[in-house]
Amino acid sequence: MKKDEVPQDLSSLGKITKEVCYATDNDGKYVTKLSSGWEVKITALDTAWSDIEKRIAAARQQVLEGKASPLLFFMEYRLMDVAILAGYTGFWKWQVKRHLKPEVFNTLSDNKLQKYAEAFNTKVDDLKTMTVHED
Amino acid sequence: MKIDFEHRQAAHCESGVTSNLLWSASGGKITEPLAFGIGAGLFYVYVPFIKINNGPAIAFRTFPGHIFKRTCKSLEIAVVSKKFSSKEKAQIYLDECLVNGHAVGCQVGVYYLPYFPKEYRFHFNAHNLIVYGNDGDNYLVSDPIMEGTNVMDSYQLERVRFAKGALSPKGHIYYPKENKTITDDQIRQAIKGGIKKNVYNMLNIPGSFAGVSGIKNTGLKIKKWRDKLGLEKAGLYLAQMVRMQEEIGTGGGGFRYIYGAFLQQANIYLPENGLCDISRIFTKSGDMWRTAAVHAAGIYKGRLSTQEEFNAMGDYLLEIAAIEKTAFETLKQIKWR
Repeated sequence: MKKDEVPQDLSSLGKITKEVCYATDNDGKYVTKLSSGWEVKITALDTAWSDIEKRIAAARQQVLEGKASPLLFFMEYRLMDVAILAGYTGFWKWQVKRHLKPEVFNTLSDNKLQKYAEAFNTKVDDLKTMTVHED
Repeated sequence: MKIDFEHRQAAHCESGVTSNLLWSASGGKITEPLAFGIGAGLFYVYVPFIKINNGPAIAFRTFPGHIFKRTCKSLEIAVVSKKFSSKEKAQIYLDECLVNGHAVGCQVGVYYLPYFPKEYRFHFNAHNLIVYGNDGDNYLVSDPIMEGTNVMDSYQLERVRFAKGALSPKGHIYYPKENKTITDDQIRQAIKGGIKKNVYNMLNIPGSFAGVSGIKNTGLKIKKWRDKLGLEKAGLYLAQMVRMQEEIGTGGGGFRYIYGAFLQQANIYLPENGLCDISRIFTKSGDMWRTAAVHAAGIYKGRLSTQEEFNAMGDYLLEIAAIEKTAFETLKQIKWR
């Protein structure tokens, strides 16, 4: 890539920091140049996020229909899978899977709910009601 | 407590951290491209049976941690590298390092990294930054991919140092043990070693998931994605590939441009070996990866959807595999002068 061809399409990251790209100058020598983003990768990221939004909406629907506990919603919202959530809470994966059932979730102690709330960076009340603020 | 340390922005986090930690010892000689090349940073791997963020596990760089380790080893620099099971001990150790005047590299997860924009926060745990001081409950952070430095409080830092999931950092902290002078001769030997290792990784790993054969294999797979995955999912897969290839931290063109820069800088230490000519092949390869990314964008934006377009997409990778095969075979055949 030539130095003059380093794209400058403003991305959400570009508002915070420009990124270093390696490109060649007129003599073919490599130099660094700052880029504020590239349309091709902005749309790649948008594609990923629109898929995540769909998954979050589907999870919310499942919770509302009583097919899953609010943990599923927050897992999708926080881009977590069972393994990551188990890591953050200290529960075993099989426990997390059990807690994904609404009937089991409803019997969880405050202590356990608090662990989930911390993992999701939220409060127990918000966890139960699928309320998100931020961020 | 603030250590005398100069923040320098880099393209890639680990080679940037490595270069910055070795800056004073090397008198600025170990630039980011040199660290990347000596650490044999260039790679390609696609592991079909693992999913990352519901997409394919594709990487254009070597395994996390290898660049720092290999670079220091090749330059005969002793390193300290520690992981912790206790968050408290990890913080105490970090504080002690700072008191002793060591700026330290830390492996972190980006999901709860406060200065990253939300859109960029995924559960990716192989990010690297340098802590170079503290002030009360705050830590001074030099993240090489950022233009400026940042401040994180102890809770924020602990959270990212103990991020969970694949490649969880477990408080991983690392730094060169002493500020040893690095000689030009050591750099020459290290460059040769780095190239040799990279040639092996790209040409000789058995199976068809890694190196040049991995690129070829992915190209063949992509041609089947339209039928096998359906248009929407195939688009998501391609978008993920483009992100791994071009997103911040790569220097563009799936790290191929950084490697091109490495070969040019290596040429100063080892002239008359044709490294500048080989550098141009990597520039071409990086350009091809970017052309392929533009084509991929056509697919995930829904503008391109026919099987012919998927065939063309796969063919780009086959062509790239051929180019990189030539490049690494030429590197392999160098009789060093």
